[in-house]
Amino acid sequence: MATLVHTETLDLAARFPGSATADSRPGYTGWIINKDKLIEVATTLRDEFGYDLLSSVTGVDYFPDKMEVVYEAFKTTGGPGIRFKVQVPRVDPIEVPSVTSIWPGAEFQEREIWDLFGIKFNNHPDLRRILMWEGFEGHPMRKDWHEPFYEEDNKPLKSRWPDGKFVSAEEKNVYKDNLQFPPNFDPEKVLFNGEAALYGALAKYQTIDAGIKTDHVVVNMGPQHPSTHGVFRAAVVLDGETIVSLKPVMGYLHRNHEKIGERNTFLQNMPYTDRLDYFNSMSNNWGYSLAVEKLMNIKVAERAEYLRVIMAELSRVQNHLILIGMLLNDLGAFFTPALYAFEERELILDIFEAASGSRMMCNYHRFGGVSRDLPEGMLEKIKGLVEERLPRKADEFDRFLTENEVLISRTRGVNVINGEDAVRYSITGPVLRAAGVPYDIRRAQPYGIYDRFEFDVALRHHGDIYDNYLIRLDEIRQSLRILQQAVKQIPEGPINSQKPQYQVRVPAGESYGRIEAPKGELGYYVVSTGKPNPWRYHVRAPSFINITALERMCVGTKIADFVAIFGAIDIVLGELDR
Amino acid sequence: MYGKGIIKGLGVTLKRFVNTYLDDIAWWGHRYYNPEGIAHRSSKDARGVFTVQYPEEKLPTPEEFRYVPFLVYDEGADGKKEVRCTSCGICAKVCPPQCIWIVRSNDPQTGRPVAEPTEFYIDADICMNCGFCVEYCPFDAIVMDHDYEIASYQRNVLNMEKLLKPASYYKSIRPLNYARNEEERKAKDAARAAKAAMAAS
Repeated sequence: MATLVHTETLDLAARFPGSATADSRPGYTGWIINKDKLIEVATTLRDEFGYDLLSSVTGVDYFPDKMEVVYEAFKTTGGPGIRFKVQVPRVDPIEVPSVTSIWPGAEFQEREIWDLFGIKFNNHPDLRRILMWEGFEGHPMRKDWHEPFYEEDNKPLKSRWPDGKFVSAEEKNVYKDNLQFPPNFDPEKVLFNGEAALYGALAKYQTIDAGIKTDHVVVNMGPQHPSTHGVFRAAVVLDGETIVSLKPVMGYLHRNHEKIGERNTFLQNMPYTDRLDYFNSMSNNWGYSLAVEKLMNIKVAERAEYLRVIMAELSRVQNHLILIGMLLNDLGAFFTPALYAFEERELILDIFEAASGSRMMCNYHRFGGVSRDLPEGMLEKIKGLVEERLPRKADEFDRFLTENEVLISRTRGVNVINGEDAVRYSITGPVLRAAGVPYDIRRAQPYGIYDRFEFDVALRHHGDIYDNYLIRLDEIRQSLRILQQAVKQIPEGPINSQKPQYQVRVPAGESYGRIEAPKGELGYYVVSTGKPNPWRYHVRAPSFINITALERMCVGTKIADFVAIFGAIDIVLGELDR
Repeated sequence: MYGKGIIKGLGVTLKRFVNTYLDDIAWWGHRYYNPEGIAHRSSKDARGVFTVQYPEEKLPTPEEFRYVPFLVYDEGADGKKEVRCTSCGICAKVCPPQCIWIVRSNDPQTGRPVAEPTEFYIDADICMNCGFCVEYCPFDAIVMDHDYEIASYQRNVLNMEKLLKPASYYKSIRPLNYARNEEERKAKDAARAAKAAMAAS
């Protein structure tokens, strides 16, 4: 690799005259790349400039003229990233070259763009629908696509006030259900053929072993399977007990969060972000408010910054506790560790409930601050937890599990992924750090007030399940360190720098806000046109992107290990399917 | 020694098992079915059994706890319900799932809007309990409830009749919020009176 060039001096227009131009629309940044040069530019960015982590790929429908694909790339050594875009006319077929050959982590994201926007990626290894089913009519994220209960493009809906006679949504649809069929649809005459494409994507082969002809078996794990943490399905091809090929099937919990987000006003999206990773609504809120605050160019009230850190870190502690408990559950330890974890989580949720009004759907952040201050006596309770109880409990977990021979023999050496591959596959969060890459956004590109705290980026080196377990314990301890500092330093003062407004003014432009969520990099890409609603609202969900490498992680291991590997990645279906 | 880790881990389980009984003995009959016992079980010093036996026991709801909203009315002199809502429609506009439906009243003679809703619906099946309607209501006319036991076999569309609850109920579930609102209202009234006095003089 050549020497790394600093971002500030990076001038793509000079390097690629004629095929890279700076994005000059007001409020926009980054580079617009000529479609034919995309692969060349991307290769240069990765190899010469060191942007090895492709964080997010997403489409934007600039109805009615053009479609845009937006790439966000970062360096694992830290610092700001680079944003580049490809623009194509909005006439089918819309084609863009795939960057999976440079960053394999783009695979699922490009499939998602194909599914939701109908942009075809040339040379993509497996371009199928991912969230919607095969045979679905249309591409839902296009601005001219309308859902079954469509009323208007944007909320607030006019039918609600001042003449809001209540009508149930079901009454509007002839099927009395959330269903929509193409015109002249006859269910008797249609044959759905979705599964053929899935099984076609699985590598099919036969082996002759010592003269005995053996066949491979396709096993569908899920969608109703206790180890898949929800409605997730993996179609696995087995040779004996060894996995030879695997394709995840998802979308069972898909509700097109992003389309809902574009219908909503900016503020209305806040409670919807709670529903992504429903274990960590506090951190989900943060990512979104970060993106919108960037656009609005406002400062966050000092006390609110501390409250945000306290809540996000408490959220991380309980998320990791649950992960350890559930991982052990997957490994067959039944409910003892899970219940020990739930006990501590309950105490943390009590804090969330008292501060925000809800245990899981916190809806705590507002642009410029938070919604409520801590009630009286709550800070003492948090202090008691983070200084006395939780460190003790982290040690107890350590004693309880770390040296357990059954756990060790079951998890040590079961390779999840090595660091190099993890970066190529855009994996972020604890899974990346367990593989030996010290990349933590709280350090790499600090947001909020994380630059004021002393903590270490937890790091393990083998990337196996055992390290994935250990890194969660490490991170709990580091989070407690941050919390102990935060509860000491938190100042008095207002909790919001803005006046409460039910409709905020967001200037036109784009922004990408990203935080280190407990599961990995959680990013929000928001485009505003200056209207009350976002034009584009995209969630870069860590659960979704971290399983891009699921096949790479599982091939060669036993089917029983799939459950453990999947458990160690830490996914939540609410975020994965969106 | 192989198996040492397992024994160590089982030691933790055994300790927790013993703790259950120790804590029961220490509290001697007061640990369950009374408020102090529940508070102890959800404090940082809790050990042993931490479950709360719902529905015999219930966790106290914190003041900020939010569940499907209700409309507040002040009790007038002769038991008349003075609805605080002016049907300005801010709650219906800010509601993320758009579950609030309001019919604004018009004066039959002048045709001008009257500051009271004719009808007010909340579709409780769709309500996501986010609390925006309460947060942005300029008249403190809508408040999040604490009653979470609303499971039913039918659809739950709440109309005015079901939504209206007296201000005294609001005071009983949210004393601090209520006091804060009253103070603000008094300050507003005082400011208005001062303004009127200024204009008169």
